[in-house]
Formats: sequence, structure tokens, C-alpha cells
Amino acid sequence: MEQKKQSLASRIPPKVWLLISFAAAMLLWYILSVIPTTARAFPNVVVTIQGLMTMVERGVFWQDLSSSLISVVLGYVIGFIIALPMAILMAWYVPVRNIIEPWIQFIRNIPPLAYVPLIVICAGVGRRPQVIVITIACFLIMCVTIYQGVINVDETLIKAARVLGATDRDIFIRVITPATLPFILTAVRLGASVALTTLIAAESTGAIAGLGMRIRSLNNSFDSAPMLAYVIIIGIIGITVEKIIKFLERKLTGWQEKREI
Amino acid sequence: MAGEERNLIVKIDNVRKVYNTRNGEMVALNGVDLDIYENEFICVVGPSGCGKSTLLNIIAGLHEATSGAVYCKGKKVTGTGTERGVVFQQYALFPWLTVKKNVMFALEMKGIKGKQAEDEAMKYLAKVDLTKFADHYPKELSGGMKQRVAIARAYAANPEVLLMDEPFGALDAQTRTQLQTELLETWEKDRKTCFFITHDVEEAIILAQKVIIMSARPGRIKSIVNIDIPYPRNQETKMTPRFLELKNEIWSQVYQEYLEVRK
Repeated sequence: MEQKKQSLASRIPPKVWLLISFAAAMLLWYILSVIPTTARAFPNVVVTIQGLMTMVERGVFWQDLSSSLISVVLGYVIGFIIALPMAILMAWYVPVRNIIEPWIQFIRNIPPLAYVPLIVICAGVGRRPQVIVITIACFLIMCVTIYQGVINVDETLIKAARVLGATDRDIFIRVITPATLPFILTAVRLGASVALTTLIAAESTGAIAGLGMRIRSLNNSFDSAPMLAYVIIIGIIGITVEKIIKFLERKLTGWQEKREI
Repeated sequence: MAGEERNLIVKIDNVRKVYNTRNGEMVALNGVDLDIYENEFICVVGPSGCGKSTLLNIIAGLHEATSGAVYCKGKKVTGTGTERGVVFQQYALFPWLTVKKNVMFALEMKGIKGKQAEDEAMKYLAKVDLTKFADHYPKELSGGMKQRVAIARAYAANPEVLLMDEPFGALDAQTRTQLQTELLETWEKDRKTCFFITHDVEEAIILAQKVIIMSARPGRIKSIVNIDIPYPRNQETKMTPRFLELKNEIWSQVYQEYLEVRK
């Protein structure tokens, strides 16, 4: 019995599974839209799309989307640019590690929303505090991940390179960099996810546009259709970015013995 | 006079290695003297913890001796050098490079580039019968194949002496026998100087001209046994009376050391 079930499940190709999963989600959504208690929060597909269209007509949708993407990309890129050298410094110099690592672990466990007011006090309102919040969140996760990668480089590989005549420079470029690459790509993926999940906190800094800011303001008027549409759009952006990065990971680090983090 | 006939490659001069541990000083090696001549095949056996790997690492220049020194062709060893190749137990292949590029790494470090490096790499892969796998990644190979690539890579650097740190220790018995045979055949052809560490007494006797038995804590050379079985040798050599005799002799000495360690 069990075996038969398994073989049936394994015979269905992944794409079809995805379709089934999608259909199930749509069904659940439909059910939620008819149950009285949940109907107000989950209007059906048609109403939701209409809600989105009104936002497009009002001219705010593209503004929100571009504003959020600019903040996310800026914060993410700056976070990465700081995280990479910092992670390497932490891995190589014990004092740097001993001083910085506790801070990172400490701040990492604080929800960004909690320290947003402090950043607003310092940086004012507008684009700057949004980017700062996302930068901090991305930096923390990416720094920790890359640092783990650099300290976990197999010592024997470095020895092997050394006995073959490799200089420190050769070892950095030809051993440590490729050995750390999988961790860097994981950091890139986790950072992207963190950047998006921090969006609401980042745009609670008095932003004038943005997906997160709009969700909060629609929340005040209980206008659930466009709100739901925005929530779904954030999800779509997230999964698209993740798919792209996973594709890159497969292309660049297919040599790895085992993967999936 | 004799030195003119036999070229001294490595001289180990009164090497002592002390580690500082939580429980105080641990003497890993004490007063080790040994000469390795050109074309020699030396095996080192001894219980785990007798410092045989430490000795190899000091010769390789990966570790520093606390006192005493190692000389390679008359020059004091202060770090790693391409004239001393190493084969590690854990293969140590670069997983992001294909088999061919792993071998090319050794050549590129010597300044050989491009097509020439590629051609030479293929030549060394042919030696270990792996040309068909040139474009595979290490993860696609078995343990025995990985170690053959590592040996090809070590050969490609063309060292004066090959230092092998239990290279077959992680392999299953059958693969180990096969690689022993291949290494024997290669050595019988080119007589590359080998310093080979193992805990397997049979492996030591089948390969070596000289077996060094090390004692434990502190590690030092307990005795040196000349293996007077003529080459070419093969797996059948293991059945000959002389082999069994030597095996008994060496094994009983090693066993004493095992007992010492257990005390």
C-alpha cells in the first residue's frame, strides 16, 4: 500500500506538484473569502485584483514598488559591501572577531522594528533611515554567514596548496575565495530574504511611498483588497529573487559534495 | 666516499617537538635522526600518537621543530617547498576544480601555463589511468580514484621526495591493495624517493626498502629494519616465508609499543 502510494507520488513531475500546490492555495483562498469571519480580510481573487487596479489607477502602485525596490536594493548592496570584508577580517584577526561577534549576535536577535525609532531620531525621515534599517539587517545575516564560510575552509586544502608552492596571494585567490563562494552565495540569498522581511519595519520610518508603508496605511482604513494584493506582491518578489539566486548557486557551486542550507 | 654514490636528500638532525597542552608539555618527538637518500622508499610504522605524522609535517615544512632541524639537499627547511611533495590521507583535492585542473594547479604553481600545463596534466593522469575522468569533479570519484588524482598532482610538482601521510588509510582493503600495487609499479619504474607513513605493517613491508619503527611518547626511532625482499614485488610477495618472518618481527616490535601506549 505504502509503496504504491509512494510510487504514485514520485511519478508526478515537480512542475505538476507546483500546479497542485498552487491550486490548493487558490482553493484555500476561496474558502477564506466565503467564511464570514475571514471574508473581510481575504476578499476573493477578483476583488483583490480590482483593489490592485485602483492603486495602479491612483498612480501610487508603481511609485510604491519602485520606492521599495530602491530601498531594498540599496540597503542590500551596502550591507553586502560592508559584510564581506568584515567577515574576512573577523575570520583572520582574532581581536576583531572577539570584539565584533558578540555585538552581531546581540543585535541580530532584536527585531528591527524595535530600533527603528532610534534610527529615525538620528537619520530623520525619508530614504535614508529606510536604507539604514535594511543595511543593518542584511549586514548582520550576511556577515555571520560569510564568516562561517571563511573559518570553515578545510585546513588541508590550504596545506595542499602550500606544499605545491602557493603563495599567500595564491591561497587567498585560488583556495579561500572558491572555498567560501558557496557561503557567500548562501549569504546573498539569506540577505535578500531579510531585506524584504525588514521592509515593513524600514518603511515605518515615515516613508511617503513603498509597499510596506502602503500596507500600513491601508490597514488604517481596513481596505483589505489592495492590502492583500500588496502582501502577495512582496511574496512574489521574494520567491523570484530566491529562484534567481538558487539558479546562480547551481551554476557556480555545482562542484559541492553536499548542499542546501 | 659512500655519499658520492648515494645522494642525501633529507637529513633529519636531532628533531624534537614539544606541544603545549592544558596538561602541560607533551613531547611528541624526541631526538629523531634520520637520513633519506635518493631513490629510497622508507616506511614509518608505529602506534597512533607516536608522532609519525608530526615528523612528516616537520619535513614538509608545515610544522616547525622545537629544536633540531631538517635539511633538504643541504638547505635548512624553514617552510614548505616544492621539492618536498605531500600526499594527504584526506586526498585534499580542490573540490571546485576538475581532476585535470587539480593536476594543473601543481604545474601552474611552477609557472607552467595554458596548453602546456594541460598536456602535462594529461600525461600525469595517464600515469594513474584516469585520463577518462579528466573533466570530472572530485565528488564524482571514488576514494581510491581521488587518491590517485592526489598522487598524480603530487608527481606533477616533480618533487625530490614524496611525503605520504597514511595515503591509503581511508580506503577499503581491496582498493588499498590495488593502490599499493600501482604505487609499487610506479616506484619500480622511476624510483622517486618516498617517505611513507602507515600503521599497516604489511603495507610497510610490501612497499619499503627500510621500515622505521617508532616508539610512542615521546616519539623516537625505536629501530630500523631493512627489507631484503628484492623488487619487483607484488601482492603474492605477501605469501613468501621471508615476508611473514619480517612481518612477525616488525609486528612484535610495534605491538610492544601499542602496549606501552595502553599503559
